Amino acid sequence: MLAKRIIPCLDVKDGRVVKGVSFVNLRDAGDPVENAKFYDEQGADELVFLDITASHEKRNIIIDVVMKTAEEVFIPLTVGGGIRTLEDIRELLKAGSDKVSINTQAVNNPEFIREAAARFGSQCIVVAIDAKRCTGTSGEPPEWLIKSHPDPKSLVPEQGKPSWEVYTHGGRRPKGLDAVKWALYMEKLGAGEILLTSMDRDGTKEGFDIGLTRAVSEAVSIPVIASGGVGTLEHLYEGLTKGKADAALAASIFHYREYTIKEAKDYLKSKGVIVRP
Amino acid sequence: MSKKTVNIVDYGLGNLFSVERAVRYAGADAVISSEPGVISSSDYLIVPGVGAFGQGISNLKGRGLVEPIKSVASSGRPVLGICLGMQLLMTVGEEMGTHKGLDLISGKVVRFPAPADKGPHYKIPHIGWNGIYMPGHRKNWDSTILEGLKEGDSMYFVHSYVVAPDDPSHILAETAYGGLTFCSAINENNICGCQFHPEKSGALGLDIYRNFLKL
Repeated sequence: MLAKRIIPCLDVKDGRVVKGVSFVNLRDAGDPVENAKFYDEQGADELVFLDITASHEKRNIIIDVVMKTAEEVFIPLTVGGGIRTLEDIRELLKAGSDKVSINTQAVNNPEFIREAAARFGSQCIVVAIDAKRCTGTSGEPPEWLIKSHPDPKSLVPEQGKPSWEVYTHGGRRPKGLDAVKWALYMEKLGAGEILLTSMDRDGTKEGFDIGLTRAVSEAVSIPVIASGGVGTLEHLYEGLTKGKADAALAASIFHYREYTIKEAKDYLKSKGVIVRP
Repeated sequence: MSKKTVNIVDYGLGNLFSVERAVRYAGADAVISSEPGVISSSDYLIVPGVGAFGQGISNLKGRGLVEPIKSVASSGRPVLGICLGMQLLMTVGEEMGTHKGLDLISGKVVRFPAPADKGPHYKIPHIGWNGIYMPGHRKNWDSTILEGLKEGDSMYFVHSYVVAPDDPSHILAETAYGGLTFCSAINENNICGCQFHPEKSGALGLDIYRNFLKL
């Protein structure tokens, strides 16, 4: 049986691991390679590095982090943050990343996902979706949707109906896209996995947005990684069962040693969830 | 004793560098090459690969690598195919058309059967950690790439197609997904392959590289 995955996420800024609360108030939590090794030894199923370095000129720093990590850690590694070009992807994969996670650039130019999947294979293209509860849109739909999409209505949230809107720039910019429809569209263009973050829950420790997680997991036929809001082991359980996610991503509960990966897996196993020992 | 050298076939597809790092970590030298002369002189050969069957075989042909790989295989030197590399060892692949493979082990490569309308929902590709089990005809994994591993040990998979060998006795390990039990590792004499990625399967995956170096 396929195991549900537990994935610690490391936010990396200028080569150092940090974790923000709702994307602000960053705290320094150490060296990425040491963190990665620690999690690997604990039984993490994969690792995600989210590069939050502001400057695109500093991309060589994350490349270096990936290279050093891949020398010593032999589990799948996903890198996200600031990926804009096929060359950015190629460099990360060459450095030892197994997958890349793309958010803003997918919203700005969905064809980028098609091109990336065609060139590197769907298996390494993760589309990250940051979503917030809404009733109708608050953001302007992107230009491509109005100008060149045959059926713009198929991607925007329905007015007056509770749904979730896609955000970019760390949850600051609403983009006028419906998160569930967007996930389906990304799958159609070649995304291999969806990394789904609830902006309402991120940093709150109140648990995943189960409604969002479940809606996307049931809509798409590619794996969904749930993210945003994990504060307890029960939350992981809920995301993987009620939320129907294939994997759960968490940061602070692991970074600040509130729980170890092993404790998380022992708990899930005791509740009947299949995990990798 | 001098270090063993593993040659890794570079045919433009696949996670060559992850495989290279795993080989080094397992204690051997690794050489990535697309030179027919280098490949045909390999003591140990790995055919890695991520991508589509047709593209894979056409890239091997385009680089003149089919005969060198076959010559290593026929001389009894160990060959390990990983993921698409394992699939390419077979006679024929049915991914986007029908393509001839390297035919080092008889059998074909087929897509996961489509989920039944009323059956349990499952996702393709098969991505993630899944257990490997010993098929009924095997008593143990001694002297194979899986030596020392236990039934149910988890490996990391990413694939949409599976290998179906003509002779079931070539199945080294089986894995269950989506209502199907498929061949997750294969072995015929000096030729072996795994559908999962041992270089991404943590400490147990690295053991598989060490076992390969003992063949």
